[in-house]
Amino acid sequence: MSITTPALVAYDDAVRRYDPVIGIEVHVELGTRTKMFCAAEQSFGAEPNTQTTPVSLGLPGALPVVNGTAVEYAIRIGLALNCQIAESCRFARKNYFYPDVPKNFQTSQYDEPIAFDGWLDVELEDGTVHRVEIERAHMEEDAGKNTHVGGSAGRIHGAEYSLVDYNRAGVPLVEIVTRPITGAGERAPEVARAYVQALRDIFRVLDVSEARMERGNVRADVNLSLRATPESPLGTRTETKNVNSFRSVERAVRYEVSRQAAILDAGETVIQETRHFHEEDGSTSPGRVKSDAEDYRYFPEPDLVPVAPSREWVEEIRATLPELPQARRRRLHDEWGFADAEMRDVVNAGALDLIEATVAAGATPAAARKWWMGELARRAKQEEAELADLAITPAQIGELQQLVDSGRINDKIARQVLDGVLAGEGGPEEVVVARGLEVVSDDGPLLEAIDAALAAQPDIVEKVRGGNQGPVGAIIGAVMKATKGQADAKRVRELVLERIG
Amino acid sequence: MTDLTRLSAAELAATLAAGEASSVEATRAHLDRIAAVDGDVHAFLHVNDEDALATAADVDARRAAGEELHPLAGVPIAVKDVVVTQGMPSTAGSKILEGWIPPYDATLVERIRAAGLPILGKTNMDEFAMGSSTEHSAYGNTHNPWDLDRIPGGSGGGSAAAVAAFEAPLAIGTDTGGSIRQPGAVTGTVGVKPTYGGVSRYGLIAMASSLDQAGPVTRTVLDSALLHELIGGHDPRDSTSIPEPLPPLVEAARQGALGDLSGLRVGVVTQLQGEGYQPGVLARFHESLELLTKAGAEVVEVSCPSFDYALAAYYLIMPAEASSNLAKFDGMRFGLRVEPTDGPVTAERVMAATRGAGFGDEVKRRVVLGTYALSAGYYDAYYGSAQKVRTLIQRDFAAAFAKTDVLVSPTAPTTAFPLGEKLDDPLAMYLNDVATIPANLAGVPGISVPNGLSDDGLPVGFQILAPAKADDRLYRVGAALESALESTWGAPLLSRAPEL
Amino acid sequence: MSTISRDEVARVAALARIDLRDDEVDRLAGELDVIVDSIARVREVATPDVPATSHPLPLTNVFREDVPAPALPVADVLAGAPDAQDGRFAVPQILGEE
Repeated sequence: MSITTPALVAYDDAVRRYDPVIGIEVHVELGTRTKMFCAAEQSFGAEPNTQTTPVSLGLPGALPVVNGTAVEYAIRIGLALNCQIAESCRFARKNYFYPDVPKNFQTSQYDEPIAFDGWLDVELEDGTVHRVEIERAHMEEDAGKNTHVGGSAGRIHGAEYSLVDYNRAGVPLVEIVTRPITGAGERAPEVARAYVQALRDIFRVLDVSEARMERGNVRADVNLSLRATPESPLGTRTETKNVNSFRSVERAVRYEVSRQAAILDAGETVIQETRHFHEEDGSTSPGRVKSDAEDYRYFPEPDLVPVAPSREWVEEIRATLPELPQARRRRLHDEWGFADAEMRDVVNAGALDLIEATVAAGATPAAARKWWMGELARRAKQEEAELADLAITPAQIGELQQLVDSGRINDKIARQVLDGVLAGEGGPEEVVVARGLEVVSDDGPLLEAIDAALAAQPDIVEKVRGGNQGPVGAIIGAVMKATKGQADAKRVRELVLERIG
Repeated sequence: MTDLTRLSAAELAATLAAGEASSVEATRAHLDRIAAVDGDVHAFLHVNDEDALATAADVDARRAAGEELHPLAGVPIAVKDVVVTQGMPSTAGSKILEGWIPPYDATLVERIRAAGLPILGKTNMDEFAMGSSTEHSAYGNTHNPWDLDRIPGGSGGGSAAAVAAFEAPLAIGTDTGGSIRQPGAVTGTVGVKPTYGGVSRYGLIAMASSLDQAGPVTRTVLDSALLHELIGGHDPRDSTSIPEPLPPLVEAARQGALGDLSGLRVGVVTQLQGEGYQPGVLARFHESLELLTKAGAEVVEVSCPSFDYALAAYYLIMPAEASSNLAKFDGMRFGLRVEPTDGPVTAERVMAATRGAGFGDEVKRRVVLGTYALSAGYYDAYYGSAQKVRTLIQRDFAAAFAKTDVLVSPTAPTTAFPLGEKLDDPLAMYLNDVATIPANLAGVPGISVPNGLSDDGLPVGFQILAPAKADDRLYRVGAALESALESTWGAPLLSRAPEL
Repeated sequence: MSTISRDEVARVAALARIDLRDDEVDRLAGELDVIVDSIARVREVATPDVPATSHPLPLTNVFREDVPAPALPVADVLAGAPDAQDGRFAVPQILGEE
């Protein structure tokens, strides 16, 4: 049986005629020291199978014991997402056979998640806020990692096989499941991206995970369906698995909107299935159809007892929650006094932390913003890098600004100092000294240059003497040129006026 | 010289402590006995002679050096093959684990080793503890020392037969529906299923996690108490382990042996006698009740109507949990791997081929049954409903224990049946467990004490059940009954077993 | 008369990843009736007002401190493996993997 997918419908077209509904499941690996159910250490990049115990290998006889810190982290996440925390909940076994699942069941939570009924307001780039309702957040364990070894490359010539590393097996996960996200309309891809990004920021602030997308700490499954109008019943959805960057989340939604619209336009029906996302071209393709995929035979895990977080414990955790990203943005916005548009640009450029740290290093918010959103943004763009990846720290920018404020260098020289810092020549102070960029403050050489400039333009001298200070700029410009910009313009002006009398 | 194999564990321990024999001598005597009779009994799957003798020599040296030792130090023990032992085969009676050497010890094995008990070897059992006759072992039958043509009970027939045949003074069993108590009854030995959570399950190859419990298999009630105190108590590696300390068990056994049960209320469970029970079994049961009355106990009848549903609930819960627990045996990480005879060699097909070839009939039956009970749409009706019956059984126990201190019944409805008789009739086989299963469903402790021979000359057992965490009552009442019976008989029951 | 069909047994055996011979399927189709009988029996008393008991003893909140313990040595980890390569378990081709 072959189903030919009709050509994609242009995205703008598709969203004019269909209403997209998204649903997102995000898995986050918790940054606990040990695994969910055993004391094996978990860290990124360890040698294969060096972080296992009989429990995480699923050896006969081994039994799980819950990591209390992982439960606390799950509650933190639940509270940050405005969820209810269960009075009592249980773990359940999700039974399915797969070589990277050592027990051939995943210990998860089924009908009794630790957190449920929450919401998160996500802010799009233009400041629009969309509320995402959270159905549940539950605890579970990660699987190991398979590496496929193909035909001729492998040890067994011609055979296809896989190598399995169980270091990741049993790493604590929290899975966060949204309710259907409706009302996003044409902005569905942006909402999906902003939601995952907002979660990532929350995980970091809560200090429950390093939340590094590129390491797979945070993984998203994106559900999408289309319906004729917002009043129509929900359409058939597809689930695109393991979409592992913010940009990919956005692209996956766009692609599925276009693909499903084409199917519906052709009068065919969307097949409910899981799909794979392809980074190279942003497309999705069907996953393997498994006959028993949906029959997980869940039942309460008899080897574990219920988790019943006391209300005291929950309130204790709530009281120690850090300020969440959105609240912090609002507070900084007020403190810094930026215009709305300026603040949005700062956030979208990923400069919030940098500016906050630069302000902490002594710069004014305006100066800090000027550096990061101006000269540094320009250089980041040139290098196709993130601001945070530039080889300069907020503390160095603070130092640089102080050099300017104290008059030891001027703005123009400051750019040369930046060059030096970025080139790895040391901190701003070191670069100024090493490159001899300090503003010329000895009046001797300055006066020489001024006298030369005055002699060259007697007409201007006359005008100024006559009370018209306007043209004095031309003299100052000539002096600056003669001193290669290293003079303090303010001082030059003072000296010029003094000289002219 | 005394035959060291004929002593109880407590007697042997005293002999060792008094310096009248060494642990090496005691261990060698048991290894010799195994060599002499196990060809007929086949209680052992693996004999751990070198390591056992090394442990014995170490204990002897430590004793000679004046070190303070555990009361059972130097007393040899046999361990059911369902318990993982580092460096020793642990097959659970299954082909699928043939050749697997665990890289770790079960908690109870750690405790046994730390106390200096030489481990004689691993005992035979129904595959993955699924059975009541040990006929479902992939490695051949174990024979009942009372009659080699009969079953030794199951699943722990190997441990019970080893103890009954004087191959070991102590053994470890596991009991999911009666696998310690029923073999005890049919071999004339003592078997205890502790309160659920009383002995760590860490390192027990699980059948049904919410029912499994390890416990002692011995020839005397006191020996069981000694072993229970050694292996029991909290284990942080088992989430279902009881955090409180064990009640004083050895003390209860010693006190019970004095024979005074004044003030004790004994409840006879209406539902655990009558139809299906052999007349000889019932006759011995009523004689034992009289002995308890003579010792000062008050015997009353209590009704536990939900017990009639216990077997049905058990045969939903047990396979469901087992189907999931046994999923890990797939040929990927350890044990047997079998490739399909034709078609592509994929992980999925190798798993199915391995499990098809590696599991025996009874295991396949229960795994398929449990998978069915949990599969889409059936969970609530099957597993969920059975868990409700569990609640009802717990309520019946609570009501009965409000009026009594212990409940009693025959341990098994019949004496040992001939090998092969019920092999093809799983339902008849399952009925062996009718009296023992309620305790597993409710988590309460139970003991089987040998209380005579039926009309066919084969041993029968008397079951005592106590409330959860009141395991001491089993030992008090069990020891009182044992001493009353032995004064009637003039010798332990096992002295009447035929010579092997 | 069996109430569970051969097809049903075959479906469940596939779900349980057990290859069964035809004669085994036939036999199990008959023997699985025990579960149907059991459920009929259980349903007589398992009424909606009765709560389910999943654990024999009512423990809650059994947690472990988040403190690492030594891992199994890799040699031990792989000692029992039917096949291993480069410190990892070697398993047959997994369908659907790329």
